[in-house]
Amino acid sequence: MPLESNHHPDTEADKRVFNVRDCTLIAVATGQSALTLKELLDGIHHVPASCLYHHFWGGLLQPRFEEREYNNDFSAWVKHGLHDGELAERLAVVDPASFKTLEDLRWELCELIEERMDESERLSFQVATRSFEFIQSKIVVFDTRTRIADPAALGPAIAFCSAGTIFYHFIDARRRSPDEIDDFSAWLFSFGDQYNDLIGQIAGIDPYFSSLLELRQRLSTLLTQHFEGSPS
Amino acid sequence: MSLLDHYAEAAGEDVIDHLRQLANLLRDRTVVHVNSTRVGGGVAEILTMLVPLTTALGIQARWEIVSGDSEFFECTKAIHNTLQGKRSLIPNRLLRIYEETNAANAEQLRPLLEEADFVIIHDPQPAPLIHFCPKRKGKWIWRCHIDASRPHRPIWNYLRSHVAAYDASIFSLAAFAKPLPHPQYIVPPSIDPLADKNCQLDDSEVDAVYREFELDPGRPLLLQVSRFDRFKDPVGVIRAYQLIKKFLPGVQLVLAGGTATDDPEGDAVLQEVREAAAEDVDIHVLLLPPNAHRTINALQRAASIVLQKSLREGFGLTVTEALWKGKPVIGGDVGGIRLQVVDYHTGFLVSTPEGAALRTRYLLAQPEKLKAMGEKGRQLVRENFLITRQLREHLTLMLISMDGARDRLELF
Repeated sequence: MPLESNHHPDTEADKRVFNVRDCTLIAVATGQSALTLKELLDGIHHVPASCLYHHFWGGLLQPRFEEREYNNDFSAWVKHGLHDGELAERLAVVDPASFKTLEDLRWELCELIEERMDESERLSFQVATRSFEFIQSKIVVFDTRTRIADPAALGPAIAFCSAGTIFYHFIDARRRSPDEIDDFSAWLFSFGDQYNDLIGQIAGIDPYFSSLLELRQRLSTLLTQHFEGSPS
Repeated sequence: MSLLDHYAEAAGEDVIDHLRQLANLLRDRTVVHVNSTRVGGGVAEILTMLVPLTTALGIQARWEIVSGDSEFFECTKAIHNTLQGKRSLIPNRLLRIYEETNAANAEQLRPLLEEADFVIIHDPQPAPLIHFCPKRKGKWIWRCHIDASRPHRPIWNYLRSHVAAYDASIFSLAAFAKPLPHPQYIVPPSIDPLADKNCQLDDSEVDAVYREFELDPGRPLLLQVSRFDRFKDPVGVIRAYQLIKKFLPGVQLVLAGGTATDDPEGDAVLQEVREAAAEDVDIHVLLLPPNAHRTINALQRAASIVLQKSLREGFGLTVTEALWKGKPVIGGDVGGIRLQVVDYHTGFLVSTPEGAALRTRYLLAQPEKLKAMGEKGRQLVRENFLITRQLREHLTLMLISMDGARDRLELF
């Protein structure tokens, strides 16, 4: 049992079986924090790319009672720590899925922050009411031992899976897959062209603006309705 | 039923399956936890349950303590306080005693510690042990349970000279982490849902504490459970109660705590609390023995609202315990309390006795909201702060430390 394998876990020898995984994150402090916008900018320049990933996506696995007001940790801190609504809104609208690489995302964040600092010199020196802690995370992937052979069974199975399963197959998959697609779509592709319409509809689900449980519901409904309408 | 079966019932089969998958890769490895007390305080409570659960998974887990005289604990308490921000220096004489005591303990513990695959050292008390185990074979991890976000720098710099030698460290919150030359994992502590402190109780046991401590079940009951420690602000809680009492004369307050063998200031703080309580018959200051877990459980279940008005707090396991029992918590806006008390969802964060009084009056006037917050609090703990989650993270970081700094750990 290897500690780590670099191959795609769901495109193993038997591509016709979907191996359902679960996952969790363990947070690792970088020891770097920010109390001003300039310190945030410096941090974003220098932290590992995995740190940016954590602050954009890791929040999905954290406990939450409300909708996220701002969609990433940077924008939330700018709003609630630094109290600058304008930059918070500009950062919140940054969709990490639209960037080819995390370095591209890093560049965009720096651009937005520098632009705002040019607009308001005061912001460069304003001290936040709480610090921003740069965190990265490591992902631990578990085998649920659930196997799905029939695409028609995928929707009902997703309805009962954990938030970690959705994170692994629908969010994390995009950085594992050379094609940057989710595992469900990758599996459906393995059956040829017959599910292209369905794959297109899955691609239309924006993973960034929903909780994992909402994503689970949407995916399950989409898949279940598809196969109820056109039995495999 | 096995121990793991019991935890599967409380936390879920999938949670135990995850632990088994991790433990399979650590089978027959040895892990030794070291702290400075077997009774009293959150660390001892965590280890009481963590060690048997680890053993049940096929990993050889041990729990050892370092012992010392009153000057050793005077020094470690001073280190504890200065790490939490108190600005005072510790005489070199006491620091020498601190190091000599660790050297003496190392004489006893060295064979075990040097052979262990993993050694987890809890808090500053045993931190220098690493220097006295030069032939250590395994990975050494320093677990800091303290809010060290703004330590008094000279003492942190001194402690850092010990801690920097470790292979990794664990902090409860990212804000507590310090620049160190090794990975710093963020692992909040947890409670054991099966322990006497947290298990389900019959109504008769709850009724018994009303009788034992002369509490009126018909009147609102406020409770703070914590050591008699100035950072827990028990006098501030009495002040909040006095402000509430003007509007709700029937309110009762219980301050329940004990002392730990590694806390020499407890008696002095207890005296301050008794003076502040004066002759008020509705303030009940309870000095409970370290094993009064079921009594504390019953008091938490009897309470209308639980307070934890700390001025500094590493994590605040008493908050977790109260939330697990479906009680909203009014807590100090510090440390790990912020992770657990979500304003308007599981309770309220406050900064002053006045704030605590206001929020308490609000909740007592809104019984439906009080109940709904309690339910959310229990859900929060079930999903995030049970012992199974903490053990999963310990096993994970053990595997990562064996295998190098990889970002991905796939257990299949």
